[in-house]
Amino acid sequence: MTASDQAQQPVLRLSNITKRFGALCANDDVSFSLGRGEVIALLGENGAGKTTLMNILFGQYSADAGEVEVFGQRLAPGNPRAALDAGVGMVHQHFTLAGNLTVWENIVLGTQALTAPRLRARAAKARIADLSKRFHLAVDPDAKVGQLSVGERQRVEILKALYRDARILILDEPTAVLTPQESDALFATLREAIGLGLSVVFISHKLHEVMAISHRVLVLRHGRLVAERATADTSHEELAALMVGGAVSSPKIAPMPPGPALMRLSRVSSKGEGHAPGLQSVTLTLHGGQITGLAGVSGNGQGALSDLISGLAMPSSGQLEIAGEAITDWSPRRALARRIGRIPEDRHHTGTIADFDLTENAVLETYASDFARHGWLDWAAARAHAEALIQTYDVRCPGPDTAIRLLSGGNMQKLILGRVLETRPRIILANQPVRGLDIGALNYVHTRLAEAREQGAAVLLISEDLDEIMTLSDVIHVISQGRLSPAFARGTMAPEALGRWMAGDGFAEVAHAS
Amino acid sequence: MRLEPIANPGLMRRLAPPALAIAGSFLVASLLALIAGGNPFAVFGAILKGAAGSKFALLETLNRATPLIFTGLAVAVAFRARLWNIGAEAQLYAGAVVTVMLGTGALHWPSLPLLVVIGVASMLAGALLLLIPALLKTRFGVDEVVTTLLFNFIFLLFVSYLLEGPLKDPMGMGWPKSARLISEARLPRIIEGLRLHWGFVLALVSALVLWVINTRTTLGFEMRAVGQNAEAARFAGIPVTRVILKTALLSGGLAALAGFSEVAGLKGSLTLDLSPGYGYTGIVVAMLALLHPLGVVVAALFVAAIFVGADAMSRALGVPSYLADIMLASALLMMVLAILLSKFRVVRD
Amino acid sequence: MDLIDILTSAAFWAAAIRIASPLIFATLGELICERAGVLNLGIEGIMVAGAFAGWIAVWAGLPLWGGVAVAFAAGMAFGLLHATLSVPFGLSQHVVGIGVTLLATSLTFYTYRVVLPEVSSPPKITAFQPFEVPILSQIPLLGPAFFAQTPLTYAAFLLVIVVALVLYRTPLGLAVRAAGENPQAVAAQGLSVTAIRMGAVIVGSGFMAVGGAFLTLSAFDSFFFDMVNGRGWICIALVVFGAWKPGKALLGAVLFAAFDALQIRLQQTPIGAVVPYQLFLMMPYILSILALVVMSRRAEVPAALMVTFNKGER
Repeated sequence: MTASDQAQQPVLRLSNITKRFGALCANDDVSFSLGRGEVIALLGENGAGKTTLMNILFGQYSADAGEVEVFGQRLAPGNPRAALDAGVGMVHQHFTLAGNLTVWENIVLGTQALTAPRLRARAAKARIADLSKRFHLAVDPDAKVGQLSVGERQRVEILKALYRDARILILDEPTAVLTPQESDALFATLREAIGLGLSVVFISHKLHEVMAISHRVLVLRHGRLVAERATADTSHEELAALMVGGAVSSPKIAPMPPGPALMRLSRVSSKGEGHAPGLQSVTLTLHGGQITGLAGVSGNGQGALSDLISGLAMPSSGQLEIAGEAITDWSPRRALARRIGRIPEDRHHTGTIADFDLTENAVLETYASDFARHGWLDWAAARAHAEALIQTYDVRCPGPDTAIRLLSGGNMQKLILGRVLETRPRIILANQPVRGLDIGALNYVHTRLAEAREQGAAVLLISEDLDEIMTLSDVIHVISQGRLSPAFARGTMAPEALGRWMAGDGFAEVAHAS
Repeated sequence: MRLEPIANPGLMRRLAPPALAIAGSFLVASLLALIAGGNPFAVFGAILKGAAGSKFALLETLNRATPLIFTGLAVAVAFRARLWNIGAEAQLYAGAVVTVMLGTGALHWPSLPLLVVIGVASMLAGALLLLIPALLKTRFGVDEVVTTLLFNFIFLLFVSYLLEGPLKDPMGMGWPKSARLISEARLPRIIEGLRLHWGFVLALVSALVLWVINTRTTLGFEMRAVGQNAEAARFAGIPVTRVILKTALLSGGLAALAGFSEVAGLKGSLTLDLSPGYGYTGIVVAMLALLHPLGVVVAALFVAAIFVGADAMSRALGVPSYLADIMLASALLMMVLAILLSKFRVVRD
Repeated sequence: MDLIDILTSAAFWAAAIRIASPLIFATLGELICERAGVLNLGIEGIMVAGAFAGWIAVWAGLPLWGGVAVAFAAGMAFGLLHATLSVPFGLSQHVVGIGVTLLATSLTFYTYRVVLPEVSSPPKITAFQPFEVPILSQIPLLGPAFFAQTPLTYAAFLLVIVVALVLYRTPLGLAVRAAGENPQAVAAQGLSVTAIRMGAVIVGSGFMAVGGAFLTLSAFDSFFFDMVNGRGWICIALVVFGAWKPGKALLGAVLFAAFDALQIRLQQTPIGAVVPYQLFLMMPYILSILALVVMSRRAEVPAALMVTFNKGER
């Protein structure tokens, strides 16, 4: 029986799903069905509506129109319980685990009636042990989830679904937080599950994974289902084109000689926040006129490095030098005074203040230095500055008095970009600058960063997207568990080789050699 | 149910919350008045008459509003920066204690410089008193709501000790009461013969000054940024800890002025019942004013009118004057709910 | 009398246990709310309301346990108000809590004046009497200290065990703990975060009110306006001190009460003649602040405490 034969008895059918958030149409009349033992890949850019669609299927949102059928039964909308009871299990992109509870507690949560007199701990643990053996999901049921690694947490998420006898598994960007090697282990588990008759919806924007695991590919673009292909009949190139809907024009990175070293980290260590690793004896030099790409699986010390450069954190040991001068006193304001421009990872919560208007957000970093005298603010000048930014950086908005939370992600990012570039920074930290942006905004941001490079700025580009790193960077470092790989010049490393560094291989030899 | 943000709330939606909250609190009070056997119309008529029915009543309302403007401003400036100062009561007494310490004969200066020094010293005392919880918050992450609340009890006991010990009036016939201020340390009346002192003007000026600080200065901008999103503020280079401490100084100082104005303007000496909870009522005033300094003046006048009117009403009709406290507490709760509903709509899913 | 004498006297420990009892009820109530993710600053007012409701019910003719039930119900009513505003509407838990305290307090005082308009001093009721547990109360020192208390004190200690069992051994307790740590985890398992949190706040508020009622039905036999006197705020500190665990919270409450009993006794010693009594009275509040500071570094605060959950949030 081939995959397409199996697809003839759908276990899941979505019909004409439409969902709007205000003016944004996140899902526009989407329909598809899933067969027994089938793996469908839901492919699309960030913001294409994949997660929204799956949240509707799982009952976390209710659709404005359309319905979901599981095993022929219509699913009550807006109720995860109904989806769970019907045999749908979802592994969210952001894990839904309680860190202070143990693995088994997280798994059994909600599986017994709340009126039940006691937790059936022993039976639960036995069942978990059985499942983890069968599906190669090694994890200690008595461990506190807060102490687990990201890979282990994902296993707990999958076990949660299997424990409930899920027949349909939805995995939302499951590999975003995994090394290539961990991803392979995940695929092995999934194949096991398919063999036992489970069906899988796999959400991703990584083409090679989609090609490796799925039977069928559905492509979402701007909330609409634009294409459906049998995986066997399609190619990398075709899917890429379908996904973005037009040729991707990345800016030209013409070779140019590196400029002076503008920032130097020598054997810098720093503390991470919460469970995130800190930096371990990191040595890094940023040259003017270069884009330095930092590749790595998220949560491997990118946050610590970014905090350090933005002035939020001090090295706990080692030295930070800017333009040849050792830094002893460090804060965001001092970083700005040293002409470091910062594009933060989270533009909604770190980069902007949601209820502030565009003027206030535009001068958030410079109100004291450029728009005030003796503590008195010059709002007229600030407003003029905001208007200029809106013009120059093509920020689409009703005007400078609009609250920034009303802007789209792309326009918000353009304002931040303008705020940074207008100060003519010598060093630019760009942490995930295009995540979640549409292709137009993405190209715009990349082009502007490339221009800044040509004008002699040192750019540090942090991204989880290896393609983005490889396209834009003059040199590439890989970060893993807070350690930094040596610098690799443009074009000298294949993605697979970088992947091995991302998984933490190679560091031991370096440590040995030094 | 689910809450969905409203993109551009219209003027009506923004102005409706205070009106609805006040209307709602009147409704609650009417029901309770009925239960107590009073006719709501008679009750509110009596409240209105008691608050504004005569020149005397009106002046009483203005006098009662004065400390409420100060504590309302203190709470408003703190809450705007998300510093939950529930300790205005203690800071008020700190100002009062300093006023008594300096104003009962320790300094023999002409009136104006003496009042300025006492006022400034009071503010310092209140500021320092709030600085402790603020430092505990910034240094140790201790929730300032609980610490400022606990400080109210501690400081009131301290005042009780002072009034039975070092500050006790030797001529007070054993009552826990301070000596009277010397005449140079008294805030004069605005118009001779009318029972309204310059503390009221000082309160109005304070509101204006705070309004200017909020809208025109870097500090005002920083305080709002820290309150709205401390993480983004820190990232943008705003010295968050320092802003919180400055806010604490400002807030504590404003609350202390209430104590200064009450002792120097109205009472002339310090007793343990100087404030019938002005510090706590300041929270209601600030919330009803949507944390706007000029709104605080209006809200304080309203709240004072309710209190003064309720006292008179209670004497006339026998409905307990705690009706006023209930009205204000319910207005506070309805206000926050109404503000929410002006920004979000409730959607069923 | 010197310190050793005080600390080894049964009367002292009996007093400590008695002082601890209302704190235990209210601290457990607050702990339940906070474990589910809601800071309940209504505690002070709810204790006032509970003290009054229990007392007035008994005064009106209900049996003592009926008074406890009425107090519990009154607490749940204010809990429902708090929960409605703070959970589905997600309003600031600080402001809602202060508002509930103000409302509960003023409603109580108003009702008191309406019900008893003419009295100058509040009427007395027949309060819970100490019950000597057979055999156990005969143990030297421990017996009179722990086993000659009123039934409501025994109930407080029993409640610690019940709350601990429910929190750690039942599906319901698991859901409550998860709701305070990561509400998304609860929602993704098909449970209603709103229902769990509201339930916790309502029940927790009921216990707070019983803590208040202990004052009028067991510790004293009448109601006074300022009888709660900041105990609610102290209980919030005790929850932190107890690291959000019932057993440790109990320990904290007893330690705290022992200290309180000690300061009362110290006032009668030569020290009390030198040091102003206000300083002794301040000690409980100062101690609470110190506890907050000391515990702030290692307290395992529920990760989602004061984090609102809005279904379908983007």
